[in-house]
Amino acid sequence: MSGEEEVPPRVAIGISFGNSNSSIAYTTGEGKAEVIANEEGDRQIPSILSYVEGEEFQGTQAKSQLVRNSANTVAYFRDFLGQDFKSIDPTPCHQSAHPKEHETTIAFSIRDSESETPSTVTVSEITTRHLRRLKTSASDFLGKPVTAAVITVPTNCTDAQKEALKIAAAAADLEVLQFINEPTAAVLAYDARPESELSDKITVVADLGGTRSDVAVIASRGGMYSILATAHDYNLGGSQLDQVLMDHFAKEFLKKNKSAGDPRENDRSLAKLKLESEAVKKALSLGASANFSVESLAGGIDYTATVNRSRYELLANKVFASFTRLITGVVEKAGLDVLDIDEIVCSGGTSHTPKIANNLRAAFPESITIYAPATNTSSLNPSELAARGAAIQASLIQEFEKEDVEQSTHPMVTVTPHLRNAIGVLLISGDESKGKFKTILEAETPVPVRRTVHVTTPREGGDVLVKLCEGLREIKVTKPEPKPKAEKADEDDEDDDDDDDEDEETREKVWKVSKPLAEAAVKGVKKGGKIEVQVNVSADLEVVVIAREVGGKNEGVRGVLSKPDVVENGKA
Amino acid sequence: MATQVQLPLPVLPDGWAGTNNFKASGTLSAPNQRNLEPVGPHFLAHARRKRHKRTFSEDDRIQAQENVKKVEDDDAGEISEPEDPVMLQRDAKDWKNQDHYAVLGLSKYRYRATEDQIKRAHRKKVLRHHPDKKAAAGSDEGDSFFKCIQKATEVLSDPVKRRQFDSVDEAADVEPPSKKQTQKGNFYKLWGPVFRAEGRFSKAQPVPQLGNDKATKEDVEKFYDFWYNFDSWRSFEYQDEDVPDDTESRDQRRHIEKKNMNARKKKKTEDTARLRGLVDQALDLDERIKKFKKEAHAEKNKKRFEKEAAEKKAKEDAQKAKEEEAKLTKEKEESEKADRAAGKKAKEAAKNAAKKNKRVVRAAVKDGNYFYSGGDAPASQIEHALNDADSLITKLDPDELAALTAKLNGKTDGGEITKIFKEESERLVSAGKAQAGEFKSLA
Repeated sequence: MSGEEEVPPRVAIGISFGNSNSSIAYTTGEGKAEVIANEEGDRQIPSILSYVEGEEFQGTQAKSQLVRNSANTVAYFRDFLGQDFKSIDPTPCHQSAHPKEHETTIAFSIRDSESETPSTVTVSEITTRHLRRLKTSASDFLGKPVTAAVITVPTNCTDAQKEALKIAAAAADLEVLQFINEPTAAVLAYDARPESELSDKITVVADLGGTRSDVAVIASRGGMYSILATAHDYNLGGSQLDQVLMDHFAKEFLKKNKSAGDPRENDRSLAKLKLESEAVKKALSLGASANFSVESLAGGIDYTATVNRSRYELLANKVFASFTRLITGVVEKAGLDVLDIDEIVCSGGTSHTPKIANNLRAAFPESITIYAPATNTSSLNPSELAARGAAIQASLIQEFEKEDVEQSTHPMVTVTPHLRNAIGVLLISGDESKGKFKTILEAETPVPVRRTVHVTTPREGGDVLVKLCEGLREIKVTKPEPKPKAEKADEDDEDDDDDDDEDEETREKVWKVSKPLAEAAVKGVKKGGKIEVQVNVSADLEVVVIAREVGGKNEGVRGVLSKPDVVENGKA
Repeated sequence: MATQVQLPLPVLPDGWAGTNNFKASGTLSAPNQRNLEPVGPHFLAHARRKRHKRTFSEDDRIQAQENVKKVEDDDAGEISEPEDPVMLQRDAKDWKNQDHYAVLGLSKYRYRATEDQIKRAHRKKVLRHHPDKKAAAGSDEGDSFFKCIQKATEVLSDPVKRRQFDSVDEAADVEPPSKKQTQKGNFYKLWGPVFRAEGRFSKAQPVPQLGNDKATKEDVEKFYDFWYNFDSWRSFEYQDEDVPDDTESRDQRRHIEKKNMNARKKKKTEDTARLRGLVDQALDLDERIKKFKKEAHAEKNKKRFEKEAAEKKAKEDAQKAKEEEAKLTKEKEESEKADRAAGKKAKEAAKNAAKKNKRVVRAAVKDGNYFYSGGDAPASQIEHALNDADSLITKLDPDELAALTAKLNGKTDGGEITKIFKEESERLVSAGKAQAGEFKSLA
């Protein structure tokens, strides 16, 4: 409206672009991330494009085309982007258009126009079309054209893949503000809730997707995230669970209809079976039983069956166990104990499955919060986490200049020394063996950092000692009392559960002082006064300690710990 | 955001000593280098500190200052317009005629005011004019202006009502300049705001701008296309006559409703016509249109000129070629004529000479006594001699005749003449022009 030719402000959204599903999210005026439903009302938009006589379908409509029009339907193409033909696994595309080698990239041969001859469409072009549809949906919803996006990628996404995605997005007139890692986006989505408090924690993010699962251990220190370890399993995901159900129903079908062929041997029957199994799986995540119903499954025979959740969980037990294994494995990989973990965030569509969360609940100590719909009512929708996180990040940086974003994400800024050991004060006693170690700064805290704690003093006040130490976390294992022999005899009669309970050791996290750092004396503290201890660690590990009485008149004690001489060694 | 620790600190042991109450006894262990995830507000703060090399306290201060500034900006913004004392006396019942934007102090924003601005302006005005405050201050003004404020907010915060008001908000209109004014120059400066103001009624946003004299033909055409196909949301409900409530007669109500409807339609039509006229006028005055026409004309003419010039040249060339040809032919004819004349003359001369020579030869025959030796020649000899001389003459070409004539010239002696003739006849015989014995008289 105004006369000046001004650059319209960026409208940025968060996009979670997955192999199976994509979602788009925006941030409301109040800073709350919301996932946008597309024209069909889907918040999870299947990353599938289908072409019928030159008409393009996307999302759920395209997915239903997998049955009748599989050759012109492109699915599961995200992971092919930026790869060469040799390094891709085309298994997921078995029931859709098959990837082909085309020059240096990968393409699909589909009939995307009205002409009879199929044309070769590169995976980059497919991605562009998909992103363009997502962008249109978001623009329609927001009422203003979307120009930029933050896109989530798996942690092991290579620079080449990111570059390819960036080019594909640019072709869809979408400026990629930043690529952020999926697990970090999930943590951000939780931390950005108004009710969440800033705390130091270690989070395991289990991103259980349709075709692959990625797990990451993230240390969150003062709102800054560092990935400690990651694990990827390309053969574990929702499709594995679908497969279990498909096999189950196929067998049941064959039992009843011996004459009809195996529905898994006919492409169209297989596609129907897969679609319905997926629907059954989703229904079982919500209800205790679900109906399986396919018209003309094989040989023109309609098939209807019911399956309940316990049966399903029994069937898929193996797959569930591998999810748990993957997650516990990555904790070990990070060199941590399960007790170090503060929360587990289940992300991705497969996380809706209650059994997976319940298994995790059993495998990890009670103290850990598991954010999954089955275990925590306040959890967010796991399918939406990545998109929400991306939307929050988008709202944070959409005002930034492009250069600013680039500079901020530059390794110069992101590579930071992290504390190897925790820093804390000794309480109750100045003696290292008797005193109780209280952490001020956890291990893996990025520096520079500033942290303040208020510590109570002995009741009568007076002079107190602030003793700063480095602490090591140790796992204390307390074995239960050896069982009396009489009980041992009964063991065989008892249930396995009981047996486990009794054998279980008590494990707890204790702190051991590894190295005293400094001592400071605060004199003449009032009765019932409190001491404020502020620890400032600079980027080169110089520590400034300030200890003073809260509300006290005197200035308190300020001391400097010189930087260690061997900082360079830490880079190893 | 300090964490509270409930356990107490140890008592300072006796005999503890340190400089300035502080004793350093160790350094930190070597750090791990890790990649931070570049997401989240805390990371952005970290990046800001690291990039600008600020310490925590510096960064806190700078951020605090920036925040303070923002708040001040917010406050200073829109709502500092002075209030017109006449406006403060307004009666809320007459709300249809009140300028809602002026009441809220947004008269320089008008249709551009955002929802947020309206909200804030309302709050600010309420804080100042709340009747309770007035009462506390002891003034007895009543709450009529407060009601005006409420009414203004009611209208402006409802998008439908706001549009109705904006439709008839004359204060936002910009009067088109007169033809005279425009012709003095400044077309763009004068008409730009007119179109900008009219553009607020467009359903399609953004509205193309008038631009300046450097605008391309396409832009200008797009501009006028847009304005000739203008899709306006302007409506005139706001100026409706009040419909009496249903306690009065229904017919009366219906009558007024109908009247209102017709009035709206009429006003809408008038408005469309007015806009059309406006655009016509602008188009008429727009120098660019003339310029483009001229250019197009020049372009067309250029082609025509080129064509005509080419044709002309071709014609001239043809003419020239023709003339040249004609000249050549003429010259040729003349030279031929001259040649012919010369030839004729020579021929005549030759003929005359030959005649003369023949006469000489014949005379010589007569002088030579008709090749008769002795006395007067008999008649037969004369006849023979004359015949022979004639046949000889016919057999000789003019040159030989001339030579013969030269030989015979001055000769009067009959023998000599006969001898010459004889030699001549013998020469002719030996040249094969005559047969031996043909000349009987000379034999």
